[in-house]
Amino acid sequence: MSKKVGPLDIYNLLPRTNCGRCGESTCMAFATKLIDGVYELEDCPPLFEDPKYAENLAKLKELTRPMVTYIDIGPKERAVRIGGKRVLYRHELTYHNPTAIAIDVSDDLSDDEIAKRAKEIDEFKLVRIGEELKLDLIAVRSVTGDPKRFSEVVKLVMENTQKPLVLCSFDPEVLEAGLAVAKDQKPLIYAVTEKNWKDVSDLALMYDCPLAVFVPNDLKKLRSLVNTLFEKGIEKVALDPGTFLGEGFKDTINNFTMIRKAARDGDKLLGNPLIGVPLISWTKPEAVPELTKWREAWMACALLLRFADMLIMHSYDVWVQLPLLTLRQNIYTDPRKPVAVEPGLRVVGNPDENAPVMFTTNFALTYFTVMSDVEKLDCYLLVIDTEGLGVDSAIAGRKLTADKVAEAIKESGVEQKVKHRKIIVPQLAARLKGEIEDLSGWEVIVGPRDSSGIPGFLQERWKP
Amino acid sequence: MSRKEEIEEEVNELGREWGKKLLELLEKYGAFELEGVEIEAEELNLDLRPSAATMAPIPVGFSITLSTGQTFYYSLAGAPAAAPPAPTAPPAPPKPKIEKIIEVEFTPPVTTYSRQIEVVPIGATKAEGGTRSKRLYVGGEKAPAFYLFEAEQPPPVIAMDVFDMPIPLAKPVKEHFKDVLDNPVEWARLEAEKFKADMISIHLVSTDPLTEGRPVDKAVKVVEELLQAVDVPIAVGVPGVPEIDHQILKKAAEIGEGERLVLNSANLDTDYIGIAEAAKKYGHVVIAFTAMDFNNQKRLNRELLNAGLPRDSLIMDPTTGALGYGIEYTFSYVERFRLAGLMGDEEVAFPISCATANAWGAREAWMKAPELGPRELRGPLWETVTALTVALAGADFFMMDHPAAIQTLRDFFSYMKSSVAAKAEEIAEWVSVKI
Repeated sequence: MSKKVGPLDIYNLLPRTNCGRCGESTCMAFATKLIDGVYELEDCPPLFEDPKYAENLAKLKELTRPMVTYIDIGPKERAVRIGGKRVLYRHELTYHNPTAIAIDVSDDLSDDEIAKRAKEIDEFKLVRIGEELKLDLIAVRSVTGDPKRFSEVVKLVMENTQKPLVLCSFDPEVLEAGLAVAKDQKPLIYAVTEKNWKDVSDLALMYDCPLAVFVPNDLKKLRSLVNTLFEKGIEKVALDPGTFLGEGFKDTINNFTMIRKAARDGDKLLGNPLIGVPLISWTKPEAVPELTKWREAWMACALLLRFADMLIMHSYDVWVQLPLLTLRQNIYTDPRKPVAVEPGLRVVGNPDENAPVMFTTNFALTYFTVMSDVEKLDCYLLVIDTEGLGVDSAIAGRKLTADKVAEAIKESGVEQKVKHRKIIVPQLAARLKGEIEDLSGWEVIVGPRDSSGIPGFLQERWKP
Repeated sequence: MSRKEEIEEEVNELGREWGKKLLELLEKYGAFELEGVEIEAEELNLDLRPSAATMAPIPVGFSITLSTGQTFYYSLAGAPAAAPPAPTAPPAPPKPKIEKIIEVEFTPPVTTYSRQIEVVPIGATKAEGGTRSKRLYVGGEKAPAFYLFEAEQPPPVIAMDVFDMPIPLAKPVKEHFKDVLDNPVEWARLEAEKFKADMISIHLVSTDPLTEGRPVDKAVKVVEELLQAVDVPIAVGVPGVPEIDHQILKKAAEIGEGERLVLNSANLDTDYIGIAEAAKKYGHVVIAFTAMDFNNQKRLNRELLNAGLPRDSLIMDPTTGALGYGIEYTFSYVERFRLAGLMGDEEVAFPISCATANAWGAREAWMKAPELGPRELRGPLWETVTALTVALAGADFFMMDHPAAIQTLRDFFSYMKSSVAAKAEEIAEWVSVKI
């Protein structure tokens, strides 16, 4: 979206009826949030329903076009959206639409293996800081080259997963066999190339599905092909400039960076979602599979950081996916969100007058980590205002002192809630023990080094 | 043994094996303007598409000048010889049948930056007044990290950590150093010789009153011993106790006169002026450490420079949050600092340090949790990803622990120096590869 566009520019083109269907009470509020990326135009249904707005809608589409378009993969109710980026640098706003992760299922496997793999990908789930981390897509690959087998396998995968699909082949016949079975699922077609572009672009039009464009390491040719597809009336495309191994990875990183920067500068042909393929690690396997996975894992992380909107991978071992999904969770947070949580006393569970009392800092990450470790217990957790620093740096920076702890104990009113006078402190704050005891009159018990040890520690050591 | 314990044991055994193999194998394998405007179909058909007679190898093009004064050139080489007339029937006119790829050009979006990041030399050879076998250089970027179409990426400096007393280390790290944990000199030697560390980063944690409370004079002696034992450059780390930190660094500066040590670190709570003066007097480098705060970092840098620290002797450390524990803040701070420096803010145009080993503070890295996979792989991968993330934001100086993580970071940087273009045919048929 151009920087010059203000809420009024948007507002003047909206219905201005304050109908409230978007969830906001006024069209002006909608306009403001549209600019912030909270809403898309689709969130204003009248624009699309009433033909009298058609002209304004066209203008709005142009005005609000993000520097990277988005595409939706899958049927409307469970579509995975990729792209839609509005900034080059994360600190400028927020990265929208977290990088989608597709895991491959190939058609040379047995039916049992396919069903099992699809199910496992479907059910894959890790929980971190209260958020479920999942895989997003299944990429069905034609290894046999047989259209009949491909359609069977697409069908079999669909029976075992709710995840939207990517259909991978360079053979139009194979792709069509898959599309015939999966057309209602609106899969991403992977891929159109310089060789197959006439037939595959016809398929994309015929089945109205988004299309991946694969032109390895030649941005002039990539732009030319996208240009041609646009001319044919295909709007929803994603770009794969090629993921290379070893020294070739230099061109991959370079191409991803050039494409995104060109998009920022207004290049519409390159302003489309980017696809990285860490699965490429398996095209030249290392001596043991763990090393191939290791390489796939770090390449995936590098691509995620370098603007990839979607990744196609093979491995979904937890140790491979955990760092990647954690990185995605981290990088796709709003950089303007405060690092700190509200200080004060938290009542966890149903503590009685003998319940343990402990403290932590108001650094959001420290706080949420500790909270997730104690949430099943009955206790009091005193959150000290360290100006958003973790225990270690807060002590080094004099933001966590015995004075502050003593004051927080007093102000929190916890002295009226428990009969004992014992507080458990993080081991990293052990140096404050003596001073806290002098200033507050409470006995200090030095707790475990990591908050994951709290439940065990209480069981063993807590005597009010 | 219950079935669950058996499975755990198996997984851990597997993990230990792979951990070892991983390292062996890593070692074996190579020591480990044309923007903005779309061409409208109608324009092509009516005005611009060249006739068959003019079609040939000669590129044909046209240009558009915008109201902003920018001119964009379009090449139409290879455009189709004959175009069917554009149908006009509403509501949706079918697009013309296209027989050939409509070629356009690509120009890399190169920016010229107004400032280069400072180059900071570390370590001094005999010729330079010290006793190190080589001098390392950190910094010197002319473009954002890995914007390789704008400038080359200078190689990183990776220091390996040593502690001056046994401390709790994550098991996958400990594995590699278990015989030397109580001997910092042997520890450093192992890193310099076996793991080919660029440099050694000794952390004098024994001076912390909460550990041994070792007197500063005594603790700093190990720096002297290290200077004897290894010939790579050395960084000296403090326990993070403001009253003690500055004493250590002043003393170390004196002992290591002329060696161009890295004094790690000065912060706003300790006597940073005294540290800067000692560094200047004895010829060392200072890391300026702040806790993720743009203005504090600028202030500290400014005051260190005002105290006489030369510009080629300052590295910044805006704090490294581990993957999963604040790395996004580090990523954005480092990226902002680097961009600001390149755009001309001379107060932040310095190399950036990343205390990568903080990754091991993340429980996902060290915790024995079979359901998350073997920690012998999970742990070093956690450190690897932490390093890569901060490297891609712009860090140049890394303090690391696990040999496999270090090797992978080195590999990544060395791939990025390649002078050979990637060959399309290598991956052209990836879709049908049998795994």
